Amino acid sequence: MQPKMITLTVNGRKHQVALNPDETLLNALRQLNYTDVKNGCEKGDCGACAVLLNGKAVNSCLVLAWQADGSEILTNAGLGTMDNPHPIQEAFADAGAAQCGYCTPGMIISAKALLDQNPHPSEEEIREAISGNLCRCTGYAQIITAIQIAAERIAASALVGSGQGGKQ
Amino acid sequence: MPEFDLLMPQTLPEALEMLGDRAPDLTPLAGGTNVIVYMREDRHRYKMLMDLTRLNELHGVRREDGHLVLGSATTIAELLTDPLIAEHGALLRQAAAVFASPLVRNRATVGGNLVDASPAADTAPPLLVMNAEVELASQKGVRRVPMDEFMVGVNETLRQPEELLVSIRWPLPATRSAGGFSKIGLRKGAVCSVVSAAVMVEKDEDGLCQSARIALGAVATRPIRAYAAEEILVGQPLKPQIIDLAGQLSAETVKPIDDIRGSADYRRRMVEVLVRRLLSRAAQEIVPRE
Repeated sequence: MQPKMITLTVNGRKHQVALNPDETLLNALRQLNYTDVKNGCEKGDCGACAVLLNGKAVNSCLVLAWQADGSEILTNAGLGTMDNPHPIQEAFADAGAAQCGYCTPGMIISAKALLDQNPHPSEEEIREAISGNLCRCTGYAQIITAIQIAAERIAASALVGSGQGGKQ
Repeated sequence: MPEFDLLMPQTLPEALEMLGDRAPDLTPLAGGTNVIVYMREDRHRYKMLMDLTRLNELHGVRREDGHLVLGSATTIAELLTDPLIAEHGALLRQAAAVFASPLVRNRATVGGNLVDASPAADTAPPLLVMNAEVELASQKGVRRVPMDEFMVGVNETLRQPEELLVSIRWPLPATRSAGGFSKIGLRKGAVCSVVSAAVMVEKDEDGLCQSARIALGAVATRPIRAYAAEEILVGQPLKPQIIDLAGQLSAETVKPIDDIRGSADYRRRMVEVLVRRLLSRAAQEIVPRE
């Protein structure tokens, strides 16, 4: 078992790291201090470790770091900052969608993946989109509300941005 | 997680050479949604894994000689957006839509689901009723194995250690045919099937059943066909009475077990219900010729 240099671009920042073949992307990210990526079940059941890997939401515990060599990774922390949060993050805060907060980064990643594909999801589609994310505080109702609020806000800002939102 | 080595071939010939040289110590790895979990649970130890995700030859869907050919490392999520699958693999698409969770679907592959050979594998019943074959490649060449022979038992297939499942192919469904897939889980999302079923029926010009195929998951040591039920449908009008009988015969075919997800008796009853519902729906879907 020999380590190999791999390149991971995380939240726009390029990292070169020497990793063993049995290292998961989850561990690699946490070692690089992306601790918003949570280690839950390590079996792909809970979604706490979800990240966008080349734009697709995946459980980083089920990706070997070498498999992600050369990939673009986006974590929850890469979506926004405390001063300038992403609309999904803001909606989670406003709706009280975080209790202990452990599932939140993964929930937000699944929400982002959903809204990127489907800007106006039904409640059913939201439930399906977060079906791989477990919230052990069981605050699902607020999480679903948060995603609905985020969808409305993103749609509204898109209208304003394209000049179609204002009164004639 | 126990230590292992990882080989990263860039082309299919390179991968087959690695397998030829190192099998049975080398295990192919695609999405990792089973293999990594098995290592975590210490169900399996692997000396060496070989990543398949960089092999372009194993990706995508194409039409070829009246068949659809699906690369084995195509992800379950890709099945949901591929236009050829929508047109010629509707049942597989239905199974993909209820397969695990979106996070898993973005990594899990069709080939991985088949090689894993769980009796509850959700891609198996659709592929069985579509008369699919798998293509196994090694340095010696390629061989085709019908779906109904490929899985032989729980986590057991006919794949030899030096072989790689490279593609899955099935004849394009006939025009007067219809089918469906349905599964029962303990909840709606991210679940293993307690029972699953797929049917595919074809009517002749007079509206009689020309061919019928029924496949059942999680009710035997492997996904199975219900041949006895299929046979009684052929040549008959697809009416409630015969459909009920096909449901009963399907339930008699299965050999389910009691486990944490459900009892054998429950599974048997649900086989009857699912087969009946799927057949009724499919029979109505086939529009008679004007």
